[in-house]
Amino acid sequence: MSPEVTALASGLEEPPAPKRTRFEEAWRLFRRNRMALAGMVIFALFFFSAVIGLALTSGSRPRFDPSLVRLQEKLRPPLSMPHVESLRPEELPAFGIYLFGTDDLGRDVFARMLQGAWVSLTVGFVAVGISVAIGIFMGGLAGFYGQRHIRLEQLLVTAVLLTGAGLLAAGLRSWGALLLAAGHAWLFWSISPWGLQRRKTLPAGLRFFRKNTLMVDTVIMRFVDVMLCFPSFFLILTVVALLPASIYNIMIVIGLTSWEGTTRFVRAEFLSLREQDFVAAARALGVGNLRIIFRHMVPNAVAPVLVSATIGIASAILTEAGLSFLGFGVPPPHATWGNILSDGKRFIFDAPWLTFIPGAAILIVVLAFNLFGEGLRDILNPRLREKH
Amino acid sequence: MTESLETVLSVEGLKVYFRSEDEVARAVDGVDFEVRRRETVCLVGESGCGKTVSALALLGLVPRPPGEIAGGRVRFCGEDLLDRNEAAMETVRGRRIGMVFQEPQTSLNPVFTIGEQIAEPLRIHLSLPEPEIRERSLQLLNDVGIDSPGQRLADYPHQLSGGQRQRVMIAMALACGPELIIADEPTTALDVTVQAQILRLINRLQQSHGMSVLYITHDLGVVSQIADRVYVMYAGVIVETGAVEQVFRNPRHPYTQALLESLPSRKKRGRRLYSIPGTVPHPAYKPAGCPFHPRCPRAIGACREQVPGMCGFDDHHVARCPVAAGRNAADWCTYGYPSN
Repeated sequence: MSPEVTALASGLEEPPAPKRTRFEEAWRLFRRNRMALAGMVIFALFFFSAVIGLALTSGSRPRFDPSLVRLQEKLRPPLSMPHVESLRPEELPAFGIYLFGTDDLGRDVFARMLQGAWVSLTVGFVAVGISVAIGIFMGGLAGFYGQRHIRLEQLLVTAVLLTGAGLLAAGLRSWGALLLAAGHAWLFWSISPWGLQRRKTLPAGLRFFRKNTLMVDTVIMRFVDVMLCFPSFFLILTVVALLPASIYNIMIVIGLTSWEGTTRFVRAEFLSLREQDFVAAARALGVGNLRIIFRHMVPNAVAPVLVSATIGIASAILTEAGLSFLGFGVPPPHATWGNILSDGKRFIFDAPWLTFIPGAAILIVVLAFNLFGEGLRDILNPRLREKH
Repeated sequence: MTESLETVLSVEGLKVYFRSEDEVARAVDGVDFEVRRRETVCLVGESGCGKTVSALALLGLVPRPPGEIAGGRVRFCGEDLLDRNEAAMETVRGRRIGMVFQEPQTSLNPVFTIGEQIAEPLRIHLSLPEPEIRERSLQLLNDVGIDSPGQRLADYPHQLSGGQRQRVMIAMALACGPELIIADEPTTALDVTVQAQILRLINRLQQSHGMSVLYITHDLGVVSQIADRVYVMYAGVIVETGAVEQVFRNPRHPYTQALLESLPSRKKRGRRLYSIPGTVPHPAYKPAGCPFHPRCPRAIGACREQVPGMCGFDDHHVARCPVAAGRNAADWCTYGYPSN
C-alpha cells in the first residue's frame, strides 16, 4: 500500500508557492511607497551623519570644532568664506568655508549641527529603547498573565517592604531593617519548597491572606491610564528641573514617560495571539509558558511595536529639542538642535539661518521618521497591504 | 479479556464544566471511552457536543478558569493524567500524546520556518544534538510524504499549501514517537482530494509506527473509512458505541439513526434529505432526562424524567436508549454498561 500512497501523494501535490523570503516580499511592497522610501533614505543619512559627526566633533583636536569661538567672525551667513587674515591657522573652519554660517560667538553652525545630530539620535534611540522595553514587559504581563489575581498577602508584603524602606530613609534604622528583613524572609519562605508545599494546607485563618484582590490586567492598565492623564511634557519639565541637567537624565525621563502606548499595543497583540491556533498547537506539543511567550508570541508581536517605536523616536527627538529650546536640556557648551534654535531666535531678523537650519533639520528628521514608520505599518499590516 | 491489557487510553466519567457568572455550561457531562493499542477510534458528533473539549481535557489544555474538570478519570498507559501538575503534563504532551488540529492554515507559527517548528518538539523532549535533529526532521517530512524535504525545511508556512501544512502538523505530532495521536478534525479545512490523501497518510503511519489514533470528526463518511470503533456523542455524553460496521449497519440510538438518515446517498436520490428537527441544546440548559428527547421521534414519558443508562445490544455494541432496547422503567438507568 505504501509505495502507491507516496506516489499518489507526490503526484497530486500542488505546485509550490513562488520562492520569496518574507524580507524580499516586504521590501517589494515597501519600495512602491515613495514617501516611506524617502523617509528611510533620510533616516539613513541622518544616522550616518550623526555617527560620523560624533567622530569629527569630539576629541582634543576635532576636525569640526563646535565650541571654537571666533568673535571677529560672528553671524556670518551660510556658504561665506572666512577672513583668512584675521584667523589663526587652527581656527580655520574645515573645508575653508562656513557651510551653515556662524552664530553670535562666531562658532561654526555646521559643526554644531553635527554635534547636535548625535544628541538627537541617541536621545531618540535610548529613550525609545527604554520605553519599548518597559512597554513589552508590562504589556506582555497584562496580556498573558492579566487574568491572574494579586493576592492579599502579596499586597501586604509590598506594604511591609515599602514601609521598611521608608523608615530606613527617615532614619529609624532598626525598625526599618526589621521590617525589610521580615518581608524578605516571607518572600524566600514562600518560594522555598516547604512554603510551596504548605500553600495547599493552610489553616482557615491564614487562608484569608491568600484571598484574591485585584486582577493583574486591571492594575497595569489602570496605571497606564493614570500615566496618560499627566500632560507628559510638563511632567518631564518638572522632573528635569529637579534632576541635574544631563543628557542621560533626559533620555531616561523621556523613556519613562512614553511607554504607555507600547504597553497597550503589546497587551492587545498578546490577547489576540494567545487565542491563536499556533499557540494552542505549541501547547499541545508540550511547550512551556516562557517558551511560548518568547519564542512564539513576542516575534509575532514585534511588528506593531517596531512601527510605534519608529514614530516614538520622532516624538522623542521633538521632546528633546523642545526641552533644549526652553533651556532645560543638555547643558550649554554642548550643542543640540534645540539650543542652537533657542540661541538663534534673538537674531531671527539679522541671522535667520540660525533658526532656520536647526528648525528645518528637526522638521525633516521627524517627518522622515513618521513617513518611515507609516510605511512600515503599511507593509506589516496585511489589511492595509491590499491597497498598494 | 486480554484486550484490557492493551488499553492505551481510558476515560471514565469525564466531566468538564465551564463556569460563568450565573450559569454552568456542562460541555462534557460524564464521558467514557477507551482506545486500545494500534486502534483507530472515532469520536463523532455535531459541533458543540463536547468532542474537542474532551480531547483538550485529556491533555490538560482546558483553560482554567473558566473551565474546570468536574470529575472523572483519565488513564493513559496506566497513569492518571488528571492528577498530574502542569510540568508533568508538559512531558506527556507532544512526547507521548501528539495532537493534530483542525486548521492547518493557522496552526503553524507564521514567523518561523518549517524546519525550526519541526525541530521544536525534538529539542524540548529529546534534547538531541543539532545534526541529529536535522536528520530526524528530514526523515519525518519524508514519512508524511512531502517531496524535497531539504528545501521545505527552509520554507515558511505561507509558502506551503493547506495539505502540505497539515502534513507538517502531522509530522510534528509524530516527532517524538507518541503512543497516541489525537486528531481533531484534521481534514475539515481541506479539499476532498487532499482529505483522502491525509486520511490514507494517517492510516499508513498508524500501521508503520504502531500508534493508536483518537480521531475526532463530525464527518460520518470519514468515520466509515478509517475507524475500527466509533463513539457517537451528543450534548456532552456518549450515546452509542460499537465497532464501525455494527454502528453503521445497525444503528440503535435514535440520534445515530437520524444522523445516518441525514446523509445523502444514492438510494435517496430525488428525495428531500432528512434533517433532525430542533437544535442541539445549549450546554448550560440541557433538558432533564435523556438530552436527545426533545428531538427524538421515539421519546416516551420516561425519557423526560431519568437519564438513561447504556444498554447492551450486540457484542460491544451499546447505546444509551432503553426504548430501543425494550427495557421497562425499573432498570431504566442501571441496565447495561458494566462500569456504570
